[in-house]
Amino acid sequence: MKFLCLTCDAQMTFTERQQPGDGTFAAAFTCPSCGRAVALLANPMETQLVGSLGVKIGGRTLDPQPLETVRSAVKGRADAFVEPGDGGSASPRLTWSSDAQERLERVPGFVRGMVKRIYADYARERGIPEITPAVMDRARTELGLEGM
Amino acid sequence: MSFRTYRDLTGPDASGIVAQVVAQRARVAERLAGVGRVVAVMSGKGGVGKSLVTARVAGAAAEAGAAVGVLDADFNGPTIARLLGATGPLQVSGDAVTPLRGDHGVRCVSMAHLLEDGRPLEFHGPESDGHLWRGALEAAALREFLGDVAWGRLDLLLIDLPPGVSRFLELCDLLPSPPEVLTVTIPTPESRDAVRRALRAAVERGARAIGVIENMTGPQYPGDAGLSLSQEFSIPLFARVPFHPEPGVWQSLAASIGAAGADSAIRIPRSAS
Repeated sequence: MKFLCLTCDAQMTFTERQQPGDGTFAAAFTCPSCGRAVALLANPMETQLVGSLGVKIGGRTLDPQPLETVRSAVKGRADAFVEPGDGGSASPRLTWSSDAQERLERVPGFVRGMVKRIYADYARERGIPEITPAVMDRARTELGLEGM
Repeated sequence: MSFRTYRDLTGPDASGIVAQVVAQRARVAERLAGVGRVVAVMSGKGGVGKSLVTARVAGAAAEAGAAVGVLDADFNGPTIARLLGATGPLQVSGDAVTPLRGDHGVRCVSMAHLLEDGRPLEFHGPESDGHLWRGALEAAALREFLGDVAWGRLDLLLIDLPPGVSRFLELCDLLPSPPEVLTVTIPTPESRDAVRRALRAAVERGARAIGVIENMTGPQYPGDAGLSLSQEFSIPLFARVPFHPEPGVWQSLAASIGAAGADSAIRIPRSAS
């Protein structure tokens, strides 16, 4: 999928993707010549169809997680998975602010472990000692975790 | 207004959808690199006992010393986990999920491990138009059960398919080459007709049919579907299994399946039969 700026006859570059709500998927592209930005908006059914293929519009920024599509899509039991560190062996240097914990609690239990691990890996790789909602927002944008 | 073509634009395709799909296939191939044989247990007809046969053959082969895994691909009616006694949460480790262990150490992954007891398979998503994406999500689940599970070194991976051929065709799209096919039928002409269609589809897709098992033989279900299919497709009729089989029938079956793949990794000791 490529976008062409008709005014400049130039290929636009992918800049960002989001799920702003109601199941809509948004991908933004910008013209490198004139700076014009456009957004591709997919309706919920289209979003679901693309998601079900296990592919990412705009490319992958994160390695595939084990059973990623299943865990994102299936209404499953909260205790279906045991994640590394569930037994208390997580890095002692990493803490979660109460706001971040609260936000994590709102993630469905079936997928929570995977989401938690992604944020934790993001923080560790960048030497961030505490995960806050701001860190989570940054990770979402950088890693393309729309919908998590 | 004139448009240029996709290929006219020489800049990168940021999404790289084709490359992502290729990577998915490569992940499956890498994960199954240590598996000697992949055998799909299929039937064109439901209710013929595919899952029971799968579980018992897997247990018998494992008891005889083979490393065996079972992938329960019947996502809407998963029974393998219970039949094998494989329970408990799935351990996520690195880039994979560790399969659970059932009877005789058989490795197993099933949708039953993920669903609440008594709940059907349901997906998050828009309320309408589920028919458009549900099939794609089930195909994705099959891909992830193959590619995201640390199957390890196996002599035999049995894949328990739901009735019909659609899941089998998805499986063929995902695997580097079509799996071997073990067919289960009951004796009746109705079952023969349905199984024949599925088996024909499998053979035409390039799969090697290794044999047929006629299950539930006895006066309740008159017919000779097993023999008929065996002759039509020139494949062995491995067994005619009554409603209450002797325990040794499963060991014998496992040995027959092992012998049917004599050029492959699995070796079920003949003494087991």
